[in-house]
Amino acid sequence: MALRTKSHDMGMHTEKLSGRTQQRFFSPEEEENFTYPGAYDVDFNKRAEFDAANLSTSEINLKLRELMKAGNGTIVMKNPGAKHALAVGILNRLHLHVEGSLGYFGCGLIDGPNIHIKGRVGWSCGENMLAGTVVIEKNAGSTFGAAIRGGDLVCKGDVGARMGIDMKGGTILVGGRCGAFCGFMMQRGRMVVLGDAGKNLGDSMYDGTIYVGGKIEGLGVDAVPGEMTDLDCHWLERKLKQYDMKAPNGVKNMTKIVAGKQLWNYDNLEPSEKKLIL
Amino acid sequence: MAQKKEDVDKFLKESGLDTAREKEIGQHIGYRYDVNLVPDYGRVTPFLKKYMEIMGWDDLNWLEDVHMGYEEGRAAVFDRNINGWVTVPPNIKLPDNQQDRDMIARELLIKFQMSKKHPMVDLNKAYRKF
Repeated sequence: MALRTKSHDMGMHTEKLSGRTQQRFFSPEEEENFTYPGAYDVDFNKRAEFDAANLSTSEINLKLRELMKAGNGTIVMKNPGAKHALAVGILNRLHLHVEGSLGYFGCGLIDGPNIHIKGRVGWSCGENMLAGTVVIEKNAGSTFGAAIRGGDLVCKGDVGARMGIDMKGGTILVGGRCGAFCGFMMQRGRMVVLGDAGKNLGDSMYDGTIYVGGKIEGLGVDAVPGEMTDLDCHWLERKLKQYDMKAPNGVKNMTKIVAGKQLWNYDNLEPSEKKLIL
Repeated sequence: MAQKKEDVDKFLKESGLDTAREKEIGQHIGYRYDVNLVPDYGRVTPFLKKYMEIMGWDDLNWLEDVHMGYEEGRAAVFDRNINGWVTVPPNIKLPDNQQDRDMIARELLIKFQMSKKHPMVDLNKAYRKF
């Protein structure tokens, strides 16, 4: 296969990967770069619009790529028609405005763009998101921000179940309520719910922080209340203000949930210890 | 639960095997830094301010989750793109607090990831499909 030959030619299959530091590739004094090598050079002041009504998912995503390649730093997508997997895999700085709703798996695997969605989103919006901001004006479906690694994922309405499942970083902000099992197996990052949270919140969470402004129907295994610090309050105030959101009873009265850390190193626990936790 | 005052050099000076379980398995359990520590924006460096401006962000965004860690007794920052640690050059003096160390780690990580010498550049050339 051509691709395999290319990587073999480049010596990628013979070099030793163990016992070396990655520092050899890197000098902190080299020229300052703020975007990935190979990223499109875009200007936020250069604006383009397109109508997605009669385009397929692939055509829409390719259109976005073409517009970025042409230097457009602000793109308006009209009539997305709730198609699935739109605006995915964007590894570029960009302002994208979506005038409508997205279907399943919208804005997945993005690294850098700022996306504003006027409508709703289906399941798994922002899945595996790495960096950037996604702001949804209405509601979002289940598994919102599944396995998110970084960035701000904001829904101003309500969100379904299993939000932030397997979350490994980043911030999820919800203006309304969220369903059951949110923060399931969360490993790090921050989740902020200004309304009520469903049952089994933070079930089996390893680390990370959940802040809730309303009532919590029930905590999951190993999710325990934590103490709000001044640093938490300052961070929450700043972050919420950034997205024109406000905690109904003030950030100081929000409930903080953290990992009890009893499940850490679970495989090495004695059966009696496992029973105590579960 | 009050915030614990940990020795900032703990993982530079010792193995981090504190509990009986850790000694038994010979491995530190959990992260080697406080993953829940949110950044103190009063300590953002000029480089990071410029990065935020270029990306069009009002804050550190994904870098809020980047902390200085410690690998094999050396200060290092984890690069998710290579799934490995990048050690901090020895000529960089480490500040005496985690917040300032985290800012240095964020700056170094951006410089490393955006460098034309980053390993992903070669991988991109070899495997990019479109």
